[in-house]
Amino acid sequence: MNAPVAHRPGPPLWLLAELTYRCPLHCVFCYNPVDFARQEDELSTDDWLRVLREGRELGAVQLGLSGGEPLLRDDLEIIVAEARRLGYYSNLLTSGVGLTAARAATLKEAGLDHVQLSFQDSTREMNDFLSHTKTFELKNKVAKLIKDQGWPMVMNVVIHRLNIDHIDRIIGMAHEMGAEYLELANTQYYSWAYVNREQLLPTHEQLRHAEAVTDAWRAKLGDAMRLFFVAPDYHEGKAKRCVNGWGSTFMTIAPDGGVLPCHTARMLPGLSFPNVRETSLRAAWFDSEGFNRYRGTGWMKEPCASCAHKEEDLGGCRCQAYMLAHDAEAADPVCRFSPQHALVQAAVAEAARPKVAEHPLVFRDPVNSRRLSEPSA
Amino acid sequence: MNPPTPGTVPRIGAGFRLQWEPAQDCHVLLYPEGMVKLNGSAGEILKRCDGQRDVAAIVAELEAAFSTTGLEPDVLAFLKMAGQQRWLAWA
Repeated sequence: MNAPVAHRPGPPLWLLAELTYRCPLHCVFCYNPVDFARQEDELSTDDWLRVLREGRELGAVQLGLSGGEPLLRDDLEIIVAEARRLGYYSNLLTSGVGLTAARAATLKEAGLDHVQLSFQDSTREMNDFLSHTKTFELKNKVAKLIKDQGWPMVMNVVIHRLNIDHIDRIIGMAHEMGAEYLELANTQYYSWAYVNREQLLPTHEQLRHAEAVTDAWRAKLGDAMRLFFVAPDYHEGKAKRCVNGWGSTFMTIAPDGGVLPCHTARMLPGLSFPNVRETSLRAAWFDSEGFNRYRGTGWMKEPCASCAHKEEDLGGCRCQAYMLAHDAEAADPVCRFSPQHALVQAAVAEAARPKVAEHPLVFRDPVNSRRLSEPSA
Repeated sequence: MNPPTPGTVPRIGAGFRLQWEPAQDCHVLLYPEGMVKLNGSAGEILKRCDGQRDVAAIVAELEAAFSTTGLEPDVLAFLKMAGQQRWLAWA
């Protein structure tokens, strides 16, 4: 019997290098794995330089330098210089904490193409998200450093229940800081955001209001600032093509060298992923079980297998299917055709009920990470 | 931005980078977290937009390279679109 032939994928155009899980911040919506504190063995500089070369040979062209906080790696400048030499377009995804004028100048000199400045909460008081002066002073300072170096100014704000009603102020602030692009990214409920979902999930009304405010700003600003509103899939009843299709475009390298189709794929049980310490990126991309398992549509079962939308959404997100339906091969439960869609509807309905006794927010820090990933006795 | 004329001197827009990608066998235009794959004629036009040549010179070069004439309206229409997309900038 012949095994079904998986279609040969194109190159991994997007290489995401998660240089470290270390981070000075403790964001409650962080997408790093909940057990990040147990993964302390970071790749060396030489490992990263080899990864960059192998990625470029495979055809990768966009490079994301992320984390954790990538500025905590003191070899960042070396990595950026090699990326430039190889012909990557390099994107530094940072909170800005640790970016001084001197470091910005060195990174520019090394050939860094773009800095995406994220707005995160650096305090333990979420309600102060917008009024906390220290955060704003820092972001203002870093925004100016970015402008001074002539980098395109791209800001990213993770949107959730606790800040969504301030969206007018957030957009206004980004405009004042001279942002050319603003990404308003509704929280995706994985990892820490999943732990804190009840506190972070906005209501339908909050979302509608935020969209209307965003549209009004679009009309007012025209081309001066481009606004991207990333819709949350819980509220839409529609699955999204996850990472543009499993193993089709994206390749993530975790701090310890794990090679993943997306930054959360390691949560899936019974699936092993290669490590750059033992495997070439070419073998990882084309030949590994981890990358081949959910490529295309051959792995699907019902209702996806016979669905008219299967080529469009590719069944949605495997991690979300596993988290919500406890089955990585199920339809993504955010889809209205999923047998488990009621779970998502219930979470959204719960968001609309007045909160009486909320659980405390769980901050992303090493102590919580170890506690939440304790092997069960 | 003014519409392009034969005297316009276009250059690649800030934050964009044009390069040839062997793996994709085409020119691409890179920008923050994104990429435009260019068809042959778009690549041929953009690689001549170096902030030195004016549109008239670019048109003359293209007509010579591809042994044809009358390309100016097409080139101007492409430049106008590329300017709106911020792929190109000019004074």
